[in-house]
Amino acid sequence: MTTATGTTRAAGAVGTARSRLEGLAKVTGEARYAGEVPFAELAHGWIVVSTIARGRVRHVDDGPVLKMPGVLAVLHHGNAPRLQEGFVGSFGPDPVAEILQRDRVPHIGWPVALVVAETSEQAREAAEALVVRYDTEPHDVAFSTEHPARYTPEASPLGPAVTEKGDLEAELAASDVVVDERYTTPEQHHNTMEPHAAMARWDNGRLEVVDTSQGTKATATDLAALFQLDPDSVRVRSEHIGGGFGSKALARAHNVLAVMATTVIDRPVRVVLTRRQMFSLIGYRSPTDQRVRLGAGADGRLRAFDHDGVSLTSTLTEFVESTGAFGRSLYDAEAHRTANHVVPLDVPTPTFMRAPGEAPGSFALESAFDELAEKCGLDPIELRARNEPSVGPVTGLPFASNELLTCFREGARRFGWDARDPRPGVRREGRWLLGTGTAAATFPAGAAPSTAAVTAEADGTFTVRVNAADVGTGARTALAQVAADALDVPLERVRIRIGDSDLGQAWLSGGSMGTRSWSWAVMIAVDELRERLALGADIPPEGITVRSDTTEAIGALAQTERHSYGAQFAEAAVDVSTGEVRVRRMLGIFAAGKIINPLTARSQFIGGMTWGLSMALHEEAVRDRTSGALANGDLAGYHFAANADVPVIEADWVDDPDPDDPVGIKGIGEIGIVGAAAAIANAVWHATGVRHRHLPIRPDRVLGAAADGSSRA
Amino acid sequence: MAPPTSSATATSSGITLNVNGEKRTLPVDHRTTLLDALRERLDLTGTKKGCDQGQCGACTVLVDGRRTLSCLQLAVAADGREITTIEGVAEGDRLHPVQQAFLDLDGYQCGYCTPGQICSAIAVIEEHAAGWPSAATADVRPEAGPPPLDADEIRERMSGNLCRCGAYVAIVDAVARAADEVRAADGTTEGVAAKEAAA
Repeated sequence: MTTATGTTRAAGAVGTARSRLEGLAKVTGEARYAGEVPFAELAHGWIVVSTIARGRVRHVDDGPVLKMPGVLAVLHHGNAPRLQEGFVGSFGPDPVAEILQRDRVPHIGWPVALVVAETSEQAREAAEALVVRYDTEPHDVAFSTEHPARYTPEASPLGPAVTEKGDLEAELAASDVVVDERYTTPEQHHNTMEPHAAMARWDNGRLEVVDTSQGTKATATDLAALFQLDPDSVRVRSEHIGGGFGSKALARAHNVLAVMATTVIDRPVRVVLTRRQMFSLIGYRSPTDQRVRLGAGADGRLRAFDHDGVSLTSTLTEFVESTGAFGRSLYDAEAHRTANHVVPLDVPTPTFMRAPGEAPGSFALESAFDELAEKCGLDPIELRARNEPSVGPVTGLPFASNELLTCFREGARRFGWDARDPRPGVRREGRWLLGTGTAAATFPAGAAPSTAAVTAEADGTFTVRVNAADVGTGARTALAQVAADALDVPLERVRIRIGDSDLGQAWLSGGSMGTRSWSWAVMIAVDELRERLALGADIPPEGITVRSDTTEAIGALAQTERHSYGAQFAEAAVDVSTGEVRVRRMLGIFAAGKIINPLTARSQFIGGMTWGLSMALHEEAVRDRTSGALANGDLAGYHFAANADVPVIEADWVDDPDPDDPVGIKGIGEIGIVGAAAAIANAVWHATGVRHRHLPIRPDRVLGAAADGSSRA
Repeated sequence: MAPPTSSATATSSGITLNVNGEKRTLPVDHRTTLLDALRERLDLTGTKKGCDQGQCGACTVLVDGRRTLSCLQLAVAADGREITTIEGVAEGDRLHPVQQAFLDLDGYQCGYCTPGQICSAIAVIEEHAAGWPSAATADVRPEAGPPPLDADEIRERMSGNLCRCGAYVAIVDAVARAADEVRAADGTTEGVAAKEAAA
């Protein structure tokens, strides 16, 4: 038959609320995640992690364990398959992936063995029985800005480590008003609900891995490099992913050890991390210690801007939590400086975690801005209006769009901000002191090269193949909406396939760039397909397929300051006699490009804001200096927001399509968390008159502040 | 509990679980949790393992009608019990009102905590209808009757089920809507929960 895309435009899918394509599978339990796909002859691997924070493995006593029922193998540095030395992964040199290659123990919770057995019960018992002897060395896990090993890196994930213009000290000295404060955020963990899991097997000369990956192509490429395999011989699939937040992109213990084990025993092997192992094996957000110095005229206009952040990294490799980068595009000043430093310690390696750099950086800077507003006697929104940059403060580039103030105005109207009495500590309701706060949010809007293939099928349907990942973002549904509109057909005629490295190169679900990068590839393929269909070609049984690659189009993008924006509002209630802080409501208004699916986009914004609340009040991993281990490395000790912690949260957006994107997308995955913790901290100040510069705002900190009028780290 | 079956050994026993209305007899390792028996032995992977130590709620199932953390129960201890998992809460093709509300109102993102949330919510609605108070209940005297199932009650009663994507706002809406539908279907009371939750 002849298939044509519609001649008259079908009712648009983009911009309309659609429930998730995989929603039925998720509410009925049919959706299978990585650790749930059955395989014949499946064996189970259980990881053994180090119990010391620094030293060497002297001996792995595998003899007795190998005699235990069901045990098939014990892998350790003495017998594990060799990996590529000096491995360079998709995101650079990555010694964290070089597991069981040497006797060195770089931190507590580092993999020292894998026990493989017929059942998970047998593997677990054998893993617990395995005796590992160590030569211990003194360790250092104490993070401080004064640490002698502190250094300034060459770069950070958000660009250069340091940017500088103007004479900072001179402008500070000439300022009428100066804020100079220190802000800290603790170690925070992703804690995806789905633990990291992978099944690996050899199948007709190909390595197949069922993984929980935010980017199967990156994972496949990295595993191929690590195991020195032909890249085409590795296939990684991730149909459903139980959250990622930055922790599921790389070759890590679960997938590396599954591949090792299947290579050794020649059977499919599944390796699943325990919740406790997730606290040391998959990365986390470094604690940060930030100093912000703002100098302004009496009118609030900035003369001096300095944001200097310190984070930690491991002794294995450098990861920089780029807190200092957050304000680079947001505020200008005569003298403008941002800097990031790191301290290497005997701790697990930190990594990308939802809004890396921006989340803790925005807490510090947006808290400092609230302090500056207070000192200037200005409304916090007016202060931001007076400091809106006309071009990029560091780059000098024009803005693609900057709707920050539109967000603030719309948010202020809906939140009832204009009726706010600026004085702190004057509203009481029973045992509660009440206050409101606001903060700005911004996040880079990027795109990365991706490929796609769109097929016009003989039955009149269309198949879109793009190696996207749906980690809960709604990407699968959004891409189908984009494709349906581009093809001008109803959503029901579009079939979508994602989450399989065999689909080809595509950006991963990260950096708030997924949907934009993948949609772009889909749009280019659809455009060409429609041209070919317009010629009235008959569709052969195998369909007509058009492939696309956005490398060139993205390379041709004009260099601009391209960002999403948001205005965060929060109301907090504080009981200074118990130290309890309750967030009563939150509102976020965002300018974040074209919104493809309002239903799932709202969930993502609100989810990010919920992270912000959790960061402000709850999350804190506490590292014990003596053992080097976390004192609270499980979900009872590491509390993130539960249902009863979360009030009514509203999220909405203003129209802000990206002018240079074929769909107008900017990206929404991360901006929801940015600024949210600062808005809550600012609300707590407004309620009590006390600044909380150290997260989380725990009851003991509130009580301590009530006792002596200031909050301590 | 049924007496040990002839298949019992020092490390395993035969048990019978009534899972989603179906009798399933199987030998299990004594160390096997109910969660692993469901997932690994009966291929009912809808029940999720989030922490395996009773801290997250992802493994919530109904045992004899009451919500239970299946990771904290040994399979042998569930011998003879009625187990309802996420795979068994719909009636044929007709979703349970809680499932439908999660689907319609986007009460989830990644979906991994969702089966546990849904099983928990089904139990919450029943516990509330039976007059059980919660920590959010202002008046717990028996004569006060069931409290309104408002947003605070739902939040409190659903707090054993963690969601890292941060879908709580929509989960509360979904549970409220489903509670109204369940009550309307039972003809017990007027549907008010959704209104109260929204207020």
